[in-house]
Amino acid sequence: MTIVDKIVGLIRETSSSLPEDVEKAIKAAYRKEEKGSAAATVLKTILDNCALARREQTPLCQDTGTLTFFVDASLRRKVTPAVLKKAVARATELGYLRKNCIDSITGYSYDDNCAEGAPVVHYVDRPEGSSSQRDPVVTLILKGGGSENMSRQYSLPDATLGAGRDLAGVRKCILDAVQKTQGYGCAPGILGVCIGGDRATGYEVAKEQLLRPLDEKASARGLSNRSNNQTIDLARLERQLLDEANSLGIGPMGLGGKTTLLGLKLATRPRVPASFFVTVAYMCWAARRRSMRM
Amino acid sequence: MIELKYPFDENQIRALKAGDAVSITGPVHTGRDKFHKWFADGNPIAVDFRDGALYHCGPVIVKDGEGWAVKAAGPTTSVRENPYEPAFIAKSGVRIIIGKGGMDAATLAAMKKHGCVYVQAVGGAAAVAAKALQKVVGVSYLKEFGAAEACWHFDAVGFTGVVAMDAHGTSLFAKVAESSKRKLDEILAK
Repeated sequence: MTIVDKIVGLIRETSSSLPEDVEKAIKAAYRKEEKGSAAATVLKTILDNCALARREQTPLCQDTGTLTFFVDASLRRKVTPAVLKKAVARATELGYLRKNCIDSITGYSYDDNCAEGAPVVHYVDRPEGSSSQRDPVVTLILKGGGSENMSRQYSLPDATLGAGRDLAGVRKCILDAVQKTQGYGCAPGILGVCIGGDRATGYEVAKEQLLRPLDEKASARGLSNRSNNQTIDLARLERQLLDEANSLGIGPMGLGGKTTLLGLKLATRPRVPASFFVTVAYMCWAARRRSMRM
Repeated sequence: MIELKYPFDENQIRALKAGDAVSITGPVHTGRDKFHKWFADGNPIAVDFRDGALYHCGPVIVKDGEGWAVKAAGPTTSVRENPYEPAFIAKSGVRIIIGKGGMDAATLAAMKKHGCVYVQAVGGAAAVAAKALQKVVGVSYLKEFGAAEACWHFDAVGFTGVVAMDAHGTSLFAKVAESSKRKLDEILAK
């Protein structure tokens, strides 16, 4: 099997099969809703859809999204952008991906989903001697347009929200994002949040949080303020905000219900004193992400 | 789950309430941006929508021998058709509009007046939607609108969704948006 074949396999699996942790979370959400309710009907349809797509190896959502590859840096010579493009073109031909990439101004369709900057490829450095360095992986995420349109960035202070440059302000931004999004990003979704950084880093880091398994806790390191000797437990904050978001009652597809978010993942990045961004990346329930050892 | 079978009876449609889960069996025709614009420009509708169902959808369809096969057919966002839908409902006699995300107050009023409901299909659930639509019975405006925008005709069996806007003037979307805002203010005041 060539590397291109392997990547084509990764694309097929990613497009047709939801990650186990996400499907488990949807099942748990389904059990919480009253039988016959709008929320239960939607969640049941989603679960049926996932089973059908997996069985027939067809895309589980017709918007196969923007393709972003994260490649461990040690694979740089083997898994080149050219190799990835070849695999994407073949996967498109085989119907694992929709023709989903157009010129931004003319609307011309790149029928093989390949162009300058498409797919998006990031090479990731792993810590020296780590297990991920010894056993390098390629990770793919497919993110549809409906959910991408719901991502947003706040700049603190935000007068309309009454959100200041503190944790209370951050909380206001995150809950505002959930309330404004309603079901439009195809709820129940997953939030990836970056507190701090510059604008571009904010979006990048927020999106990277969507790669974390739903049961993975945040590390407490990020928010420690050394001079004040104050440490904030990010994992606890994740749980608190997830509960608060779900208490809004927006529910699957915005029709009301107990589960609006399947997960909420936080990270922080240092900022310059003049800027304080809170960046929220929204991912739909069809959170297609997958890693493969090479 | 309430079973709805073509021809969709006005009384049965009017009796539905926002939040009801429904299963639709019968002809379903897709129509989206170009179709609505075509209608608004005063062109005749070549499809019979009376007591029927309209689906806001741009399906993935492939050539299958002499015919066509539907591969993926999730809903597209409905708000883009807001400017055209009240007039379309009045003129066409359509009883069920299937889509994603809901529509505006003018459309809700037209639904109440003429006896029509809006059914929210599950966004992203393209595989089950394609399965329920079964097979392509025919197509209109393929040359004029292109494959993604043409009116595809399906014979659906058990297409499931939730009534999100009913003929009593209730929109679940508006209700949820309002109640969630109230709840948010409550949480933040604590």
